[in-house]
Amino acid sequence: MNTLLYIMLRRLRMPLIALILVYAVSILGLVLIPGQDDQGQPWRMGFFHAFYFVSFMGSTIGFGEIPYPFTDAQRMWTLVCIYATVVTWLYAIGATLAVLQDQGFLRLIRTRRFAQKVRALEEPFYLVCGYGTTGREVVLGLERRGLRSVVIDIRQERIDQVSLEEFALPAYGFCADASLPDNLALAGLEKANCLGILALTDQDGVNLAISIASKLVKPKRMVISRSENDITSANLASFGTDLVINPFKQFAEYFGLAVHRPHQHLVYDWLINPQHRPLASIYKHAKGRWILCGFGRFGQALQQSLQSEATAVTLIEPNPNLVTGNTDYIEGVGTEAVTLDAARVREAVGIIAGTPNDADNLSIIMTAREMNAKLITVVRQNHAANELMFSNSRADFVMQPGHTVATKILAHIRTPLLELFLQQLNTKDEVWCHTLMNRISQSVGEERVDSRSFIISLEQTPAVFEAIKAGAEISLRNLMKRPYDRKASLDCFPLLLKRAGDIVLTPGELEALQIGDELLFCGRFEDLDDQLWILENRQTLNYVLNGTDDNPNPILRWIRTLNI
Amino acid sequence: MNREKVVFAFFIVLALTLNAGFVVGDVDNPAHHEVIELFLAIVVSLICTVLKFGDRSHLGALMLATSLVADLQLIAAASIWGYHAQIAAAGVTGDAMASIVSFAAGALVANIISVVLLVIETVMVRR
Repeated sequence: MNTLLYIMLRRLRMPLIALILVYAVSILGLVLIPGQDDQGQPWRMGFFHAFYFVSFMGSTIGFGEIPYPFTDAQRMWTLVCIYATVVTWLYAIGATLAVLQDQGFLRLIRTRRFAQKVRALEEPFYLVCGYGTTGREVVLGLERRGLRSVVIDIRQERIDQVSLEEFALPAYGFCADASLPDNLALAGLEKANCLGILALTDQDGVNLAISIASKLVKPKRMVISRSENDITSANLASFGTDLVINPFKQFAEYFGLAVHRPHQHLVYDWLINPQHRPLASIYKHAKGRWILCGFGRFGQALQQSLQSEATAVTLIEPNPNLVTGNTDYIEGVGTEAVTLDAARVREAVGIIAGTPNDADNLSIIMTAREMNAKLITVVRQNHAANELMFSNSRADFVMQPGHTVATKILAHIRTPLLELFLQQLNTKDEVWCHTLMNRISQSVGEERVDSRSFIISLEQTPAVFEAIKAGAEISLRNLMKRPYDRKASLDCFPLLLKRAGDIVLTPGELEALQIGDELLFCGRFEDLDDQLWILENRQTLNYVLNGTDDNPNPILRWIRTLNI
Repeated sequence: MNREKVVFAFFIVLALTLNAGFVVGDVDNPAHHEVIELFLAIVVSLICTVLKFGDRSHLGALMLATSLVADLQLIAAASIWGYHAQIAAAGVTGDAMASIVSFAAGALVANIISVVLLVIETVMVRR
């Protein structure tokens, strides 16, 4: 507040001095000019009356000539004073308004308010730099999990959008250059309750600067960075950035999975995506040639991903300079039938409309579908605002790069073990994934799959920890019983067990637990919540293990016998 | 020569001289103290205050503080004068004048400090 006041006063120096001078001269004039009292005797106005008169004259209230009617000389002076004071007041008020509307001054006010809010923040929060499609989705995802975000973006309209979102936990927006450490510090970089920094701007240099700043201030805190080229990615990884995501590659991998390994893709999607997709949505995988429209960074990543599995690709791209090598290439946008015809659309299996223009993309798949009704259509959606058009496009697959990156980040934030599990999936074949898919499907049915990880430790699983310490034998099976009926099982199962560097996928139910084991479970959301009882409550664990109820509270024991 | 510095120093010294001019004389003799001088001292002191706005250095803060003290003392003196001249039945007596002048003398001390600080600042800049 002090700085603001000082700056305002400094800007108002001239109008204030002008006001003081005009008032002083007016008062002095009235005191010095001889007047008359009501008897016609010579009389001089005192400072008290002069100040009173000028005060109401200057503010144009005008109570009249006090205490005695003025002489002509006094009136002449008053005439001068009226104009002088009114003009000075206009000048002073105008100057004040100008200061208050000054962009620099307003920015200063906003910055101060933001810094105050962040300073007062005592709950855990994430610092999100960049509020594009990805940033927005990450903030939404965090908000759904009850975590607050602090957002920095260089564009004011995006920050305006932050303040307009209807969040239960409003995110704090700040329009500033995130590559400057000072701005990051204002946004809570040094705060202990800042859980992680997400550098999601579309400038690699800025993301790099953010990540370095964060790792220097707090080396152990999580940093997730977006990076568009390999050099930056390597640089980011070199100083321990926890997760580096290349949006183009990330999506290409995701898409490659959908084309080549539909079952693994579905498992991946189920575990990582908040929106559950029914089993029936799995698309028929057909071997054959694909047509790829648009060969920018995105198209290049997709082509690599497709060709790595020896799938033939025909390119359609208006700019021939982008295409190198002797690939199967047609020049054009792909929106016209001629170009598509040249790309032999009638014999192709699928078409990917991956240009940076949403209207072009929709046009491509509509034209292509008319020419070949059996074509698998994949369309890239660039802007979230076009959601309506794309959901009605009847494309087999709408690819939203921002969405893919956001879900990946959210999964990483939720549990790093999930990430590990998804990586391990690559080492397994389709049959294995198909089996896993069926198992998940049996476990959760058509509901949403959730996953949760924990470490057998005093902090996270006190009951299990104490029992193992006391020598009890606890196997994974014990953790999958219903806490109120040990004969029934929870709808969940272990996906991964990490023990001293060894990783076991879908460990057996008889596996005995040891202290320090890291476990990843998946299953129904409610059942995973019930499982917490076994992990944290000694009595529940005892019941699940031995079937005996040693609750010291007789009333609770009695209630349990009622078997409600 | 910096015109801004001249104006600044001019007003600060003028505030001190006007204030001193008003205080000089017998403390309880109304004839020794000119009301217009008090008025001018107040006006100049207010202008000094405004001129000192916005300097966030330590010395600047100190100068602003002395100026505010002087304003307060002088306005208190003027208020007492106004009360005795217009409201009290006895008018401006020797006792009243004594309290007015003692308030103004307090402002004089503040103004002296202000000038000392000005000199210190100048010396620091020279070095």
